Amino acid sequence: MITTIKERKYLQFLLLLVVFYLLCLIVPPSDSNILWRFPPLLKQLPIIINDSVNYLLFDWWLIDVWDPDIEEFEQKPLVNLITRAFSGVILFMIEFIREIMLGGVKTIVTFSGWEWATANPWARWPALPWTVVAGGATIIGYALKGPRLALFVFFTFAYIALFGQWEPSMETLSFVLIAAPVSVLLGLALGVWAFRSRRVETIMNPLLNVAQIVPHFSYLIPVMIFFGIGDHAGAIATVIFATPPMVRLTLLGLKKLPPEVAEAGLMSGCNNRQLLLKVLIPTARRDILIGVNQVIMQCLAMVVIASLIGAKGLGNNLLIALNGLRIGLALELGVCIVLIAIMLDRLSLAWANKQTDYFADLSFVQRNKFSLIFGVVFVAGIILAYIGSFFFKDGFNYLYLIPHNKGITTQDFWQSGVDWIWDTFFYSLKGFNEWLIIDVLVPVKTAYLGMPVIATFTLVMGVGFIVGGTRVALSVGGFLLFIALTEWWDRALITAYLVSLAVVISSIIGIVAGTLCAQHPVTTRFILTVCDTFQTFPSFIYLIPVMMLFGVTDTSVLIAIVVYTTVPATRYTVEGLISVPAALHDAGSMSGVNRIQRYFSIELPMSFPHLALGVNQTVVFALSMVIIGALIGTDDLGQLILGSLSDRQGVGNGLILGLCVAFIGLAIDQIIRTWANQRKQALGLD
Amino acid sequence: MTSQAETSSSSTPVIRCDSVYKIFGANAKNMLDASNGIVDAAKFQEAGCIVGVNNASFEVFPGELLIIMGLSGSGKSTLLRCISRLTDATGGKIYIDGEDILSMNDKQLIELRRSKMGMVFQSFALLPHKTVLENIAFPLQVKGISTEASIKRAKEMVDLVSLTGRENYFPRELSGGQQQRVGIARSLAIEPDIWFLDEPFSALDPLIRKEMQDEFLRLQGALSKTILFVTHDFDEALRLADRIAIMKDGIIEQLDTPANIVLNPATEYVRKFTEEVPREKVLKIESVMDPFNPTQDMSDLKVPKNAIIETVAESILNSSKPVAVINEEGAIVGSLTASKVVNVLFGGHTGKSGEQSS
Repeated sequence: MITTIKERKYLQFLLLLVVFYLLCLIVPPSDSNILWRFPPLLKQLPIIINDSVNYLLFDWWLIDVWDPDIEEFEQKPLVNLITRAFSGVILFMIEFIREIMLGGVKTIVTFSGWEWATANPWARWPALPWTVVAGGATIIGYALKGPRLALFVFFTFAYIALFGQWEPSMETLSFVLIAAPVSVLLGLALGVWAFRSRRVETIMNPLLNVAQIVPHFSYLIPVMIFFGIGDHAGAIATVIFATPPMVRLTLLGLKKLPPEVAEAGLMSGCNNRQLLLKVLIPTARRDILIGVNQVIMQCLAMVVIASLIGAKGLGNNLLIALNGLRIGLALELGVCIVLIAIMLDRLSLAWANKQTDYFADLSFVQRNKFSLIFGVVFVAGIILAYIGSFFFKDGFNYLYLIPHNKGITTQDFWQSGVDWIWDTFFYSLKGFNEWLIIDVLVPVKTAYLGMPVIATFTLVMGVGFIVGGTRVALSVGGFLLFIALTEWWDRALITAYLVSLAVVISSIIGIVAGTLCAQHPVTTRFILTVCDTFQTFPSFIYLIPVMMLFGVTDTSVLIAIVVYTTVPATRYTVEGLISVPAALHDAGSMSGVNRIQRYFSIELPMSFPHLALGVNQTVVFALSMVIIGALIGTDDLGQLILGSLSDRQGVGNGLILGLCVAFIGLAIDQIIRTWANQRKQALGLD
Repeated sequence: MTSQAETSSSSTPVIRCDSVYKIFGANAKNMLDASNGIVDAAKFQEAGCIVGVNNASFEVFPGELLIIMGLSGSGKSTLLRCISRLTDATGGKIYIDGEDILSMNDKQLIELRRSKMGMVFQSFALLPHKTVLENIAFPLQVKGISTEASIKRAKEMVDLVSLTGRENYFPRELSGGQQQRVGIARSLAIEPDIWFLDEPFSALDPLIRKEMQDEFLRLQGALSKTILFVTHDFDEALRLADRIAIMKDGIIEQLDTPANIVLNPATEYVRKFTEEVPREKVLKIESVMDPFNPTQDMSDLKVPKNAIIETVAESILNSSKPVAVINEEGAIVGSLTASKVVNVLFGGHTGKSGEQSS
């Protein structure tokens, strides 16, 4: 009996479920019962964190600083001085780029002071006419890749200008143009450091794991405390969030290189710097460029979230539009963000792949043709703007700067579309919504909340034990214990309920859709393109249409998560299935299997590790989306994190809540990854 | 063989290895110091160390082509990497042109590589983001030579390896043979004195491999580099080498000319390699000829003493009288009868009969 259980995993799972169910029945729900809920022993932790942060910021290491206003030395804390100085530099860089495109006075003020600038009203940096910016970007697109990219770039800027989103878009762009390069360089540097030193790698790995799962909101609070509010704070939060994937992909790319590449570089006489910059990094550029792409996507995903701590631009406007339920406007803004994201991605890719022609014997004009054309565009744009000032008398010079929200708009169209859908499908939508909430969501939620803590532990640690032995069971248990000892166990259960429901649904959809599409090369390519496109959309974009249909309910959040997370599930399924070697298909066919048999006996088991990683990604995506769902109203951990944003003493709460979310993710990650690796080894895929 | 001996006595070796050891493992250095130079691979393995190169000592002379032959895991590539200092040897001394390279600092080492060394790799190891031309110009550019001059030089190298017209291709757009031509051109771009080749043709198809070996011989004929060539292919070694070092488990089992290895294998391991070798393709006339007897009635046919037997066998077999063997100056140094050639061609294919017949 015992030996059969030891050999058969499904019997072990069955036994575990029975124990779990019994525990659920036996343990009575009462707050005094330690088996029902653990006491919140870590309740003091947020307060301790708050106190230490305050001490660090205001009392630690005071130094004397000369204050010119009161002409006296003043005691100021070191950390505060450093962070303020750092903020100043970042803010200056953002403002500088912003004023090149939009004009302004702050750059001049930095060098001359407010008094002088106020006394000399002529000293204003003039904005470039939008035609010049759009033309310049188009020329860059042409120079880097060719007419198709140029056309796309031009279309992007034309769209932005025509829809009257020029100012917020340029604000967002200036912010991204600082945050993205900083993240890329920082990620590259850290990745190389980890590549060079094993010790750094071992330290960095767990940090990266946590950093990628901790929800965006949690970063905002400490950043806000240390760096204040504004564009620079948004940029810093963005850098913190966008750097980890860059580090990881740099490291991955460098580690994948065969040793002969480095040897070839050394034998060519490279010194360390040349080896790194000219041999290793360029050879690993495939992965590194994926990292750059990730950084750009993260930056634009952060656009909305960073606006919560004062970043100006599209994100802020989108948030306001969402809150005002102005779906049409939100949609137009969303399209702006997506277009900018795709454009930056394509431009950076084209730049990295650019090639030099050594044979061309070029004249001065040919060599400098792009600068010359830009010169022409520059002059023409200014002349046009000047002419425009005679035509448009009422203050809006459409040839210079299109004022905010004064372009064309399709808002009314979308709004009437929404109205039409509401009028036509009101009852079916409402019916579906109510059915989902009453018959599915609420019962599942109640079931989750009705689990005694001891049962949850038994279930999760038991799965960990069956899959990966004592080590996995203990580490998973550790993650859970942390959450259970905070006072937010119930909230965590609500998060878990939304996430698990969404993961189940999107895994089913993703695996089925992926399987169907992987049957034919044309559909395979089609679905991969669709996944690519959807992955460029920042996560909150998905909130727009669902809110339009289902309002502020759990249904909206759930559907947004499902839509968002079906993408990785589908992609990994397709990639797993097409990675099954053709020889195995042939071997199967020659053994006389039919298509269905082949799928279940060959393709599915062979691609299982891939599928498992897809599900893993789905979990991570779902966690990040469920927290963003707080923007439209949920009652889980995300809502609490959002709440602590507006609390002066919110650092501790925000951090601990963020860790709770991260630990849910890490626990699931640990189990799935161990399982996938075991299957991989068993199949000899490693 | 004699010419080899002459060069060795008249000039200093380009590469000299003195009891070189390479042992992998955390405690390798201490264990080696404690062992007094007598390394037992099995004992080291128990302690978690793997012996890569075990007491290798030899010299390579200017213009000589030394092939290090061994099966995978024999330590041949490790030995090559010790000499190019891509890995640091655990013990022993390595001299290049009389300079101890193990005591060189990074700067000196880079200088040495930039001026004297070139290397070709089994997997080609071309830079995927650079074109053919840029790959070849790369060693020149890291040296600090101007773009214009380095591209000009690279173009010459492209012509040298017959890739003209493909300058702007990327490595991924080339066949294996073409990629290795680029690798060869890159390694020769700085005009190195010493040329390392690590299984350069092993990743290629047999026909292409033959073609590349011919190309290599042509280049070596024109350039006369000092060459250290690693291969696992015994036929390739016999075909190309001046001398061959056969390695097994990190130990050099035998280091000699191809003919001597075939005729007098030093160990059982080497004998196994030589057993199946068609000796007429390896041996030169001089290694099987009889001493010249002036009273003998000779045929009019004369064959050079350093001709490979196979190339002249037919004419010797067609002649009824013994054939005269001449040296470079045209003087007769020996004779050869048809029956002797028949013996080489069809006689027992073992080392022993080879010894008897010589």
